[in-house]
Amino acid sequence: LAPWIPVVGLEIHAQISSKSKLFSGSQVQFAAPPNSLVSFFDASLPGTLPVLNRRCVEAAVMTGLALNCSINKKSLFDRKHYFYADLPAGYQITQQRVPIAVNGSLSYSLCIDNKMSQMVTKTVRIKQIQLEQDSGKSLHDDTRSQTLVDLNRAGVGLMEVVMEPDMCCGEEAAAAVRELQLILQTLGSSQAVMAEGQLRVDANVSVHHPGEPYGVRTEVKNINSIRFLAKAIDYEIQRQIEELESGGTILNETRAFDSKLGCTVPMRDKEGKQDYRFMPEPNLPPLILYDAKSLPANMNHQQVINIDWIRERLPDLPSVKREKLVEQYGILPEHSFTLLNEDGLAEFFESVVKQTQMNPKKVMGWILNDFLSYLKQHSLTVKESPVSSFVLADLLNLLEKKEISSTAAKQVLAELWKGEGKTPLEIVKEQKLELLQDQKELEQICQAVIDGQENE
Amino acid sequence: AVLKDGLRSQVSAALKEGQVTPTELCQRCLALIKSTKFLNAYITVAEETALKQAEESEERYKKGQPLGILDGIPIAVKDNFNTAGIETTCASNMLKGYISPYNATVVQKLLDQGAVLLGKTNLDEFAMGSGSTDGVFGPVRNPWSYSKQYKEKSVPKSHSEDEESSWVITGGSSGGSAAAVSSFTCFAALGSDTGGSTRNPAAHCGVVGLKPTYGLISRHGLIPLVNSMDVPGILTRCVDDAAILLGSLAGHDPKDSTTIQDDFKPFELPNLTDISKFSIGIPKEYHAPGLSSEILALWSKAADLFKNAGAKVVEVSLPHTRYSIVCYHVLCTAEVASNMARFDGLEYGHRSDKKDSTESMYAATRREGFNDVVRGRILSGNYFLLKQNYEKYFVKAQKVRRLIANDFMKVFKSGVDILLAPTTLTDAALYTEFIQEDNRTRSAQDDILTQAANMAGLPAISVPTALSERGLPVGLQFIGRSFQEKQLLTVAKWFEKQVQFPVIELEEVKRHDNGVFQHQKSSFS
Repeated sequence: LAPWIPVVGLEIHAQISSKSKLFSGSQVQFAAPPNSLVSFFDASLPGTLPVLNRRCVEAAVMTGLALNCSINKKSLFDRKHYFYADLPAGYQITQQRVPIAVNGSLSYSLCIDNKMSQMVTKTVRIKQIQLEQDSGKSLHDDTRSQTLVDLNRAGVGLMEVVMEPDMCCGEEAAAAVRELQLILQTLGSSQAVMAEGQLRVDANVSVHHPGEPYGVRTEVKNINSIRFLAKAIDYEIQRQIEELESGGTILNETRAFDSKLGCTVPMRDKEGKQDYRFMPEPNLPPLILYDAKSLPANMNHQQVINIDWIRERLPDLPSVKREKLVEQYGILPEHSFTLLNEDGLAEFFESVVKQTQMNPKKVMGWILNDFLSYLKQHSLTVKESPVSSFVLADLLNLLEKKEISSTAAKQVLAELWKGEGKTPLEIVKEQKLELLQDQKELEQICQAVIDGQENE
Repeated sequence: AVLKDGLRSQVSAALKEGQVTPTELCQRCLALIKSTKFLNAYITVAEETALKQAEESEERYKKGQPLGILDGIPIAVKDNFNTAGIETTCASNMLKGYISPYNATVVQKLLDQGAVLLGKTNLDEFAMGSGSTDGVFGPVRNPWSYSKQYKEKSVPKSHSEDEESSWVITGGSSGGSAAAVSSFTCFAALGSDTGGSTRNPAAHCGVVGLKPTYGLISRHGLIPLVNSMDVPGILTRCVDDAAILLGSLAGHDPKDSTTIQDDFKPFELPNLTDISKFSIGIPKEYHAPGLSSEILALWSKAADLFKNAGAKVVEVSLPHTRYSIVCYHVLCTAEVASNMARFDGLEYGHRSDKKDSTESMYAATRREGFNDVVRGRILSGNYFLLKQNYEKYFVKAQKVRRLIANDFMKVFKSGVDILLAPTTLTDAALYTEFIQEDNRTRSAQDDILTQAANMAGLPAISVPTALSERGLPVGLQFIGRSFQEKQLLTVAKWFEKQVQFPVIELEEVKRHDNGVFQHQKSSFS
């Protein structure tokens, strides 16, 4: 059988982390009482007009720069029309013609063959980033034959990040999304928590034989976690291969991922293809951004966004942070990934290292094998840890000074997890875990043991 | 009654000096509205709130602390502007009973300056039309239908053909506002102008109709017809009053991103005597098919007036004028289709009882809520916006629009200051004749002289010029450079002084006029 080449592209919607919505002043907040965060504009009351939120533009520029995009100094807003209960105006304001950022790239790393020791770097091209409105939520109540509409989310700012079909499987897509998530969280442009709907991923999947044109693609939606993303994509690839090999065809359709069954199913059919009747948004002038060169001399600083100013203030991106960790502490690259993958862990690690003489690589071992596994066992975040960096450093210092053995240290750590507020030294004393260094004392103990044995 | 001076020297002064109180003024206007009810100019009369506002104004005058020249002045607002607590219907079943929770910026500005809001005026449904005949509350009657001047010129009717069939339309779509101002029930009114909807009825009703430059006055709260062309319009009885209203309304609004950022400085119009520094352009393409010989003659006479006063009068060409109607039709219907998409019965407004599915509810709601005109434009607009048609129609129309705007720019660059043109093709038509043709046909005919200014975003003003042979008003129009309203109104004011347009002689007004209305023809200045 001829080999199949799977092709995976992604459309990612990241909710912008801002106090208010993209075009109106109502608040952005998760899980608020229904319809409590809805301005007149959000409800599409006639006569209301959109006003662009500066913070949302800055978030998009930051994200574009972090993803190596060209920022369009002039971008435009458009209306995308369709009727749905959660879209009060009957159209969404988006950027279809000229988005705010284009032609970027994202590098991410994968472990080869499941070995943490071999990591390979891959790149996916970013086609564009566009600003657009989020829709409200509709909840279908089939028992009462009604739909309940909550407009709290209607109008929240989104960045749609389009990743070109450069990926080949679920694992790559998952790694790429994970890296994007870290970048967004580092920038602060989006909190990117998938469980709260702040990061939504749709996958475009197709397969073809080498040398042949790309196959028909399907769109997979309703993916609620990075783990499910990989599963959904891999399932869909397999489904398409099986379908084609048994002589079937692939329909250009939208499919939903069913996480319980672990498969994709066709979504409710929309008759034919939707014509969104795109039209320029007449109430918003073109969005003009400046850089140091193009900034007019007498321009009011409040009125403009300077791309260079934003670029200068970008924080270290995850890839840079990892490099620095490896360089500074001599840890392995794959460990730097682990440190950044867990929220707060890198800071914790660095804090411990500062407070102890122990070799950072050794500290890393304790972090990975003991500290992190305890966290996972008890489903805690670093922030929730009963063991602070101070306490752990304290413990590691005891070990480093050879006052206890490493076995004893593990015992102490187990005790520390109970969070009873005792210091490592107190626990050592309590449980008599001190390493004896005194030769004479040791001889006495050994002799006592031997004597004891003889008496039996 | 002497009806020459404006508000600043008459009504405003009278209020200040206590010769008349705001409540008296308000009550008189309300009474006149009642006795002119047959005009159908008002959809909602906000009697209680108006009287309350008048009382508050009176308190301020008593303390010697009026908010400004508009304090206590009764005004009316077209029913497509949002008014908090007062029904806003757009003369449509879709919004019957809709009480908006907020005031349009222009309404808020007027209220903040102490103006007394008498009520909401009638219009064509959603401002689509040129007759003010296609709203669900019925047509507006032109007050001049009942004027001595018109009745004198009318062919004596047989008993069966009574007044019912001889009344003429106001023009549209701001007919209610024009009629309200024309019949003295208010001192000024807000209209809207997308293709001529303020200037057209102003011309037919013998009042001043100002279309400001696009971006000068906030559209926040004006229920849109065509977002890229709509402006709030000002209807008054004299040019000075229009300048005062403009001064109180213009300026940047953070809630409307299409308003300009620059500071606006309200101005007082000079009493220009020397017009010789001005260059007046006569656009030859505005000698359009269907232009009555009467109006052509008036136009010519006006041009001579300027020439004889020493101004430079030149013929100019706006070659793309003939494409403007078609271009407007494409762009207008496309925007209408988009703007009306929000009327789905879910959040506000009419909702059909049909419950089989969301889609069927949408369809029934929209069929029940909109009249044929609105539905027709939505269908056309959606057609033009289809992916396969977008380039051919919408983008093409945008390009033609650019050409039309460039025509004006070229002319203004060549040294012409102001353009002089007719506002309408004929004087006001009989209602019975007007409705012989459908809305689309009428709009296409009537918009030809006014609509290009909306395409180009330019300011324009219609000034009542003379009475036609039928005894009905004819207005002429001045079009100016962007944001040069001061220059535009200065010339318009000079012209107004020259032509001395007669005051309407209405019986109803005479009955209520006990000296109060002698201040009324020119309200403010």
